[in-house]
Amino acid sequence: MATINKNAVQQIVSILSNKRVGAYHQIILNVGDIVKSCRPGNFVAISVGGPGSRMILRRAFAISRTSENSQYGGTMELIVAPHGSGSSWLCSQPEGTEIDIVAPLGTAFGIPTEPISALLIGGGYGSAPLFGLADVLKTRGCKVDMLLGASVGSKIYAPMEGKRSVNSLKIYTEDGSMGETGRVTESLLQIVQDRNIDVVYSCGPMAMLRAITEILAATDVIHQCAVEESMACGIGICMTCVLPVKSADGSTTMARSCIEGPVMDGAQVRWDLVGKVPDSL
Amino acid sequence: MTLPVDMSTTLGNAWFPNPLFTASGCASSGKELAQFFPLKEIGAVVTKSVMSKPRHGRPTPRMAETPSGMLNSIGLQGPGIDAFLANDVPWLLEQKARVIVSIAGETIEEYATLARKLRSTSGISAVEVNISCPNVENRGLVFACDPDASRRVIDGVRKTIGGELPIIAKLSPDVTDLVSIAKGVVDAGADALALINTVLGMVINLDTMRPHLGGKTGGLSGPAIKPIAVRAIYQVHAALPKVPILGMGGVASGKDALELILAGASGISVGTASFGNPRAVIEVRDQLAQLLSARGFTTLSQAVGYAHRSEEGVSL
Repeated sequence: MATINKNAVQQIVSILSNKRVGAYHQIILNVGDIVKSCRPGNFVAISVGGPGSRMILRRAFAISRTSENSQYGGTMELIVAPHGSGSSWLCSQPEGTEIDIVAPLGTAFGIPTEPISALLIGGGYGSAPLFGLADVLKTRGCKVDMLLGASVGSKIYAPMEGKRSVNSLKIYTEDGSMGETGRVTESLLQIVQDRNIDVVYSCGPMAMLRAITEILAATDVIHQCAVEESMACGIGICMTCVLPVKSADGSTTMARSCIEGPVMDGAQVRWDLVGKVPDSL
Repeated sequence: MTLPVDMSTTLGNAWFPNPLFTASGCASSGKELAQFFPLKEIGAVVTKSVMSKPRHGRPTPRMAETPSGMLNSIGLQGPGIDAFLANDVPWLLEQKARVIVSIAGETIEEYATLARKLRSTSGISAVEVNISCPNVENRGLVFACDPDASRRVIDGVRKTIGGELPIIAKLSPDVTDLVSIAKGVVDAGADALALINTVLGMVINLDTMRPHLGGKTGGLSGPAIKPIAVRAIYQVHAALPKVPILGMGGVASGKDALELILAGASGISVGTASFGNPRAVIEVRDQLAQLLSARGFTTLSQAVGYAHRSEEGVSL
């Protein structure tokens, strides 16, 4: 019996739609029953390049949201930035293209049983999975505020329908082309205190996740962050996507961000040791 | 009409129902792949090379995709032999998987220590002695680059482990004279050879304009190295036709597996292909059976080394 990747299946699915949204592509996949086991925070690993491609590794994408009730059966939405050869290939595929996916993979955001005050923070396309999360939190009676940041306005992903599931949305851009000028961390401590935030959920660049963790260190706020490390397999067998994480006994271990993440407790990640090796065991 | 092919194979005195194995370092300890196929359906699970103590491995980035391949620089991260034998081996045996334990050491003594622990472990089919991991700080520690050091490691393991458990020595293609190293380890007591480990490589990041990997160099794997594997297996099989070879290096399809078998491999490990396709080992097994059958082979062993037959050919 499998104890790891236990809801994951490998399946050929088709692209239902592929639309450009600002700097990104919104890609909707017809995935059938896979949606039943998808939770906010999970990711999908996709083969790229077609048969005979020289790109041999899957690409991992956060699942931004799923729908069980669409007329097409279960659908999965991805927000993809075409910045590498694999993601560019995916963004160039027309509707109807069949692709090979493995999903759902990885840990999910923890959903509270009580109606709490949640603050969702997204950087760039990292905001994508937060809208699906917001939907779930709202159904649990949570108060959901959201902060989104990016370098420029075209890299803010905030769909109209997504805005409905949050109580407030504040946007920051570094060049001031949308929302306030600056970064999401600008007045984070203030916001957390003023709004009595219990849990921060974040997804975006590692530097942003680290900065949020450092600001929240002075508070009791729980920080669940979805990390991004380059992965070869996405299923826990290659050991390339490791991050230094504190264990219960205080030591540091190199945890695989594909199966022990992508959602991790920000306070447990040894951000200072990312890209380094902890002292010997 | 095609007849079923007897796919069974042996490495030393270990028997396997089919020749498709995982490759060490590409299947962790098996638990991750069990969701995608029953582990007992493949020839054996070759576990990630384990050392005597827990180990963090190398810093990230540990991976770079390259044309038809990838570089890895893991550096033997692992739980250490005691935790491995307590947790992972019993679980694999419960799944009725056949298990080949891969070991790696920094010294000749460490290999002997690991062998001693394996000697008292029941249920494992063979031990792979990885003397060729390229991801170590000191290239002088890659035992398989030195004929004398290779021999001494295998000699130490053989003397410690006794005569029963087959020893598979995993060799590097990054040497001038592979055949002499192969002969040396066979003389020292290796029952079989695993060919090939990854090939040392490097990628420079054009943004930072420095080596991309945290460990600077890494091991190249994937289809890009398959011709090197075929060549290495062919050369060694020609020199040591009676020594079984566990072939690996870029196998992603039944055709790839057949090529290595024709060159002289009795078993095939699928490594990097599992990263892109979690069911690769099973799919390669099924494709290989069809390809053998289509060529008139009734047993796998008839095809082993078939590329070496004389010009006139031999009848099947």
